[in-house]
Amino acid sequence: MIQDKKAHKFGMVIDLDKCTGCGSCTVSCMAENNIPFKEDESDKKDSLTWMRVYKLTNGKPFPETQTAYLPRPCQHCGGKGDHGHSPCVSVCPATATDYGYDTGIVSQIYTRCFGCRYCMAACPYHARYFNWWDPVWPEGMEKYLSPNVSPRMRGVVEKCSFCYHRYQLAREQAYFDETDEIPEDAYQTACTTACPAGAIIFGDLNNPSHKIHQIVKPDPHPDPLNHDVVGKSRNPKVFRLLERLGTNPKVYYMSEREWVRKLGDSYLEGEWDKVKNHHGAASHD
Amino acid sequence: MDAALIPEGAKRCSFPKFMLGIAIVGAVLLWGVYAMLLCWFKGLNQTNMNDYYGFALWIWADLAVIAVGGGAFFTGLLKYIFKIDELKNIINFAVIIGFICYSSALLILAIDIGQPLRGWFIFWHANVHSMLTEVAFCLSCYFAVLTIEFIPNILENRQLNKVPFFHHLAHNMHGTMAIFAATGAFLSFFHQGSLGGVAGVLYGRPFAVREGLLIWPWTFFLFTWSAAAFGPCFTLLVTRITEAVTGKKLVKDNVIHLLAKISGWMIFTYIIAKIIDTIYWANVTVPGLGYELSHFYTGNSLYGYWILVTEIIICGVIPGLLLINKSTRENPNLRLLAIILGVIGVCLNRWVMVLQVMAVPVMSFDTWALYIPSWQEVATTILPVAYGIILIAVTYRYLPVFPQELELNQSKAQES
Repeated sequence: MIQDKKAHKFGMVIDLDKCTGCGSCTVSCMAENNIPFKEDESDKKDSLTWMRVYKLTNGKPFPETQTAYLPRPCQHCGGKGDHGHSPCVSVCPATATDYGYDTGIVSQIYTRCFGCRYCMAACPYHARYFNWWDPVWPEGMEKYLSPNVSPRMRGVVEKCSFCYHRYQLAREQAYFDETDEIPEDAYQTACTTACPAGAIIFGDLNNPSHKIHQIVKPDPHPDPLNHDVVGKSRNPKVFRLLERLGTNPKVYYMSEREWVRKLGDSYLEGEWDKVKNHHGAASHD
Repeated sequence: MDAALIPEGAKRCSFPKFMLGIAIVGAVLLWGVYAMLLCWFKGLNQTNMNDYYGFALWIWADLAVIAVGGGAFFTGLLKYIFKIDELKNIINFAVIIGFICYSSALLILAIDIGQPLRGWFIFWHANVHSMLTEVAFCLSCYFAVLTIEFIPNILENRQLNKVPFFHHLAHNMHGTMAIFAATGAFLSFFHQGSLGGVAGVLYGRPFAVREGLLIWPWTFFLFTWSAAAFGPCFTLLVTRITEAVTGKKLVKDNVIHLLAKISGWMIFTYIIAKIIDTIYWANVTVPGLGYELSHFYTGNSLYGYWILVTEIIICGVIPGLLLINKSTRENPNLRLLAIILGVIGVCLNRWVMVLQVMAVPVMSFDTWALYIPSWQEVATTILPVAYGIILIAVTYRYLPVFPQELELNQSKAQES
């Protein structure tokens, strides 16, 4: 058994200027994680899309119209103050969803979930999905299911796990190799590896040698403007979704375009101009 | 045919007429049972819920029946702990209504969960941080208390009461009822509160989230308060309906006026607290998260400011004022109007705190999500209503539910 010396904090940064909205991340996620699908997938409000791609626009008329695509996996929130009380974890009555303090990953225990859906009500990102139907695959396709991921039964909630089974495989490999460290490229999510534009970067936010840490430059101190916020990016181009609510997601987004960054949160009139150059405790140094 | 079971001296309709009524309501009940079986065997795809509406009509119904069922614990508290003796004339009925409401809530929850056979996990793998865990524990315990409170009334049935053991058991249970009333009030405080906490702790949902005291958001206290305030309104409303259906006066006016007065003051004080809570939420909480109040009440076809005005002014302030004012309280029509408005108000509050929470977009690029329940959801929500009507009909027919019934209808009985 590998004894990790320091807790990991796996996270993701998605470059929205590179994302073309091709949907490869979604497809790879579904294939990797044995996500079933319906015959008619036109109603997106009840289809399972662990990785959903939203289309954003700047709301301006032609010819100033601009669009961006925003892939949205589970945000693996650390909760207020980053103490692990994620919006969903804290409300689950049966402890069927759990916060991994060694990884920062929010897990879902399918065999314990009894389908009350309180976690779905708690998640502002709509990252949690309920199995309204029995999982069924077209004949023959079940042979292509991944043996590393258990399919979920009707009546339980599921969501992105940051491909946790890949982490388990990487740990097994490290054990076999008799090393303490899991190399950065040994644990990558399916969406990260599938993205043709290289828009998704995955790694350990606690590890300064990882690319994600270097891009995000997470502020270890609470945000002076909102003490519930921890891990705010010190990179002016990087933001998180609904950061103001204090959910402390581990999925960051990156864009050169100001209107895209502004869409990360809601702002009162004139508020954005006051806070857009605020990047955590460091900006007050 | 069933005369031997009917309380001595009480007049009831003929057995065939009674059974005809039961059969009509029973048909509605069977419709609900059919829908319930569909949901259990085919799954929740029978509903129109979706991933935006994980909580929908059923959770609203659950919260609403528990709120209006609050009359049981509050009347019990007033009768047994605060020793307001007049309320002994309505307490039996308040307990029966509470029993119906809470058993309905448990049934709805059993239909609502995706894996009903795993329902016990909430107790076995309990997460002490979850408000829903507190709800489950207190709700189950309080239902047990209500059952205990209901038993003496059942044992007072004319035939059962002839059995010495049952007679003495009922008598002794009455004697110790204060303990159960106190336990019920304690449990109700927590489960009514934790139902409010269910919404108030959702810090990812700006429409629901509230600050509070220690671990309890303000909605915790508001829900308990409103259940104590509007629960008696529902007791009074069902009493009025029962009187209308049976064509008899069942409870003396002084009892009705007293309960209406207590309810009125509770509503009036509650609505002041609710207004303060709303003003603080609208002016401090919401802007602090980057939203304007209009975000929650515009941009969709259903949820407008009208719902806020209806809940707080029309169905809160007005019934409160009508019931605390002696002349309006003692006017039967205005009192009826007040209790109807009150019941609508508390149900509307629960609707808002469940359905509107789900409907409001939180991410800036998200959209409003509206939902219309499927017939299976509607049928299973009507199911408890049908069950409640049948249980009230049966208990009224065979049990001495209203101690003042004979006295109030003596002259009528003599005439006939």
